[in-house]
Amino acid sequence: MTERTKGDLVLDVSQLRIEVRTDAGPGPVLVDDVSFTLRRGEVLGLIGESGAGKSTIGLAVLGYTRANCFITGGSLRFHGRDIRTMSAAERRALRGPGVAYIAQSAAASFNPAHTILQQVCEIPIQQGLLSPAAARSRAIGLFRELDLPNPEQFGDRYPHQVSGGQLQRAMAAMAMAARPDILIFDEPTTALDVTTQVEVLASFRKLIREHGTSAIYITHDLAVVAQIADEIMVLRQGRMVEHGTADAILHHPQQDYTRRLVAERFEAHGHHAQDSGALLELRHVVASYASLLRVVNDVSLRIQRGDTLAVVGESGSGKSSLARVIMGLLPREAGDIRFRDEMLASRLKDRTREQLRRVQMIYQSPDVALNPNQTLLQIIGRPVQFYFRRSRAEVRARVLELLAMMDLPADYIDRKPGALSGGQKQRVGIARALAAEPDLIICDEVTSALDQLVGEEILKLLKRLQEELGIAYLFITHDLGTVKRIANKVAVMLKGEMVDGGETEAVFAPPYHPYTQLLLSSVPEMRSDWLDGVLAGRAG
Amino acid sequence: MVKLFGQRVPLPALIGLLIIVANLLAAAFAPWIAPFPEADVVGDAWAEADATYWLGLDNLGRDIFSRLLYGARMSIGLSLLITVLSFTIGVIGGFTAAIGKGWIDAALSRFVDLILAMPTLIFAFVVLSVMGTDLAVLVVTLACLDSVKVFRLARALAVNIGALEYVEVARVRGEGLWWVITREILPNALAPLIAEFGLRFTFAFLFVAALSFLGLGVQPPAADWGSMVRDYRDVIALDSPAPFYPAGAIALLTIGVNFVVDWLLALHARGYGEGA
Repeated sequence: MTERTKGDLVLDVSQLRIEVRTDAGPGPVLVDDVSFTLRRGEVLGLIGESGAGKSTIGLAVLGYTRANCFITGGSLRFHGRDIRTMSAAERRALRGPGVAYIAQSAAASFNPAHTILQQVCEIPIQQGLLSPAAARSRAIGLFRELDLPNPEQFGDRYPHQVSGGQLQRAMAAMAMAARPDILIFDEPTTALDVTTQVEVLASFRKLIREHGTSAIYITHDLAVVAQIADEIMVLRQGRMVEHGTADAILHHPQQDYTRRLVAERFEAHGHHAQDSGALLELRHVVASYASLLRVVNDVSLRIQRGDTLAVVGESGSGKSSLARVIMGLLPREAGDIRFRDEMLASRLKDRTREQLRRVQMIYQSPDVALNPNQTLLQIIGRPVQFYFRRSRAEVRARVLELLAMMDLPADYIDRKPGALSGGQKQRVGIARALAAEPDLIICDEVTSALDQLVGEEILKLLKRLQEELGIAYLFITHDLGTVKRIANKVAVMLKGEMVDGGETEAVFAPPYHPYTQLLLSSVPEMRSDWLDGVLAGRAG
Repeated sequence: MVKLFGQRVPLPALIGLLIIVANLLAAAFAPWIAPFPEADVVGDAWAEADATYWLGLDNLGRDIFSRLLYGARMSIGLSLLITVLSFTIGVIGGFTAAIGKGWIDAALSRFVDLILAMPTLIFAFVVLSVMGTDLAVLVVTLACLDSVKVFRLARALAVNIGALEYVEVARVRGEGLWWVITREILPNALAPLIAEFGLRFTFAFLFVAALSFLGLGVQPPAADWGSMVRDYRDVIALDSPAPFYPAGAIALLTIGVNFVVDWLLALHARGYGEGA
């Protein structure tokens, strides 16, 4: 990152402590002894897993805490004045012209009943900073700076009429409208596809550089924050783990936890699959929703025993629909699906129990994939009982065996999912799939609802199970970093069609298919000059 | 502090539970507690309350306190029967519609809309006038009328839960309809259904009382709170407290059940937040 002269001190947070307090008494400490300063034009990246206290700190800078949370210690000095001691009216005046917030979900942050322009102009007009005409011209200027299409007319549209990436940038315009000293970005690109993320990140960076705004950038993705932050603070369970310049954190992490965060992306796995004929073969498969919207169009692919086939693409590309077609949940309109040299019926109802047993599925969100009213014994034991008709004692023994395989304690057998963490729930989902002793497991975004390190553990587990049991995976994901490490075959999908496919090394090596190249170049890399390189490459 | 299901029970719910338990005990043990049989004339009409006749005597000279106890038996027993039957019909119908989808859902739902379009009281009137006021007819008629409301709740719950992935997992496994309904959907729909059960019980209770008051419900000489209010209403003009005893009993039980239902609903609302 180019060296810029940093201005005077804007924000000085010292020994911040935030706790939960309810009627029942004091709860957990969310943020404990966190201190940092922010100078004019400086960008601080806050990074950590969910529950690390990142968003809580970001909101505290706005003088706001969530219900039942209280700032119980330390100070937040904004231009020397402590935000904690401000009156409600002073805090109101602070929000907008002083500190502004950009949330993860732009769709949830805009009022669908008003045009974008009305909402972008609202704060400067309300706070009496600008006349309506001046606010309008400033908004249009911001739209232009953020590379939004037709800046003159863009604001006349309603939030649902623009794309997710555009709306996210419109929210940045809304935050910038009152020319704040500090912008707080709370995971602003997490909900976006990788290709969109690049454009939005570039717009954000341009904006804060041109205006010399200070910013706090909150994310769980170290590679994203590396593109935009001067300094990075790593948080864990509300405490600071490490704080330093972006380069120092990326290249010379001092703490073990930071090293693991940095290292995960570089880890590579070897892969080999023995050739033993096709396990699953799709030929020219076509499927639609309500015979209107074609979601899978002429897809052919082949999976062998022990293979991991990754299906990649942006949201809406038909990846998950393809999985539903293979499962029989979405009947195909045309094409063949052959499994172990048997034709699979189009509908679930027409398949044999044996066919159902051999293809299992693991879901993205373990919270809704496990019945909250059943114990792990019931959840994992049911497939054993259902497919193999074992006695009660045999089922229990098999469940214990599977729990051990998942590195889950044996005494969890009588627990319900509510008492487990997200990663543990996902392991239960895997155990349930394995209980059927399948040949193929379809994994639908199985790590995307999990924190980075937890997701990594799940991938390692799946990998180990494949080596031990020879199961094939069909791995649906939008994360290309994952694909390169675990899959030996790739299918790239775009608008329901398979645009590229083959061995991973071949697909991810030149010459690329144009869309594959776009996807690949959009995955953030953990060096601070990556975004510059991508933008330079695309401009040229 | 009193605890139930691992939660502190708030004071109104505690009062509600006490009222319900007291009423249930009175209903269950009426023949043993009541000082006199329900239909026996034991003295002069409208005799004042004294040490023998705790609440005085009624229009025919029957003991009001004894009749209240027997009335509890009739009123609560009938309402319970109606509610249980209406839930059985409504839940089975609602779940079938939600899972069957397509024409089964359309047929059941439109039929329910049809019944809902008619005023319940008038509909009950017509049926009871034609079929007679036999207790069995009364129970079945009211249960059927009530079940359409249960149907709508049960169907909505099953549609919501049926869209969750754990139900999909069961279907993909090849489980039959019975398993999906009883093991995957019903346990997760139980909390709102129980809360609704309490509410519907009060409505059934009030409805039976209203019908009895109008002469179409429980027939004399059997005692029930609604017909007691009807029989005693004339003496309001004579400054007699007699009509207030059965009316007060109806009000008290209704409030008690509602206290408990409110608490159950609050418990359920809290339960929803856990996953987030």
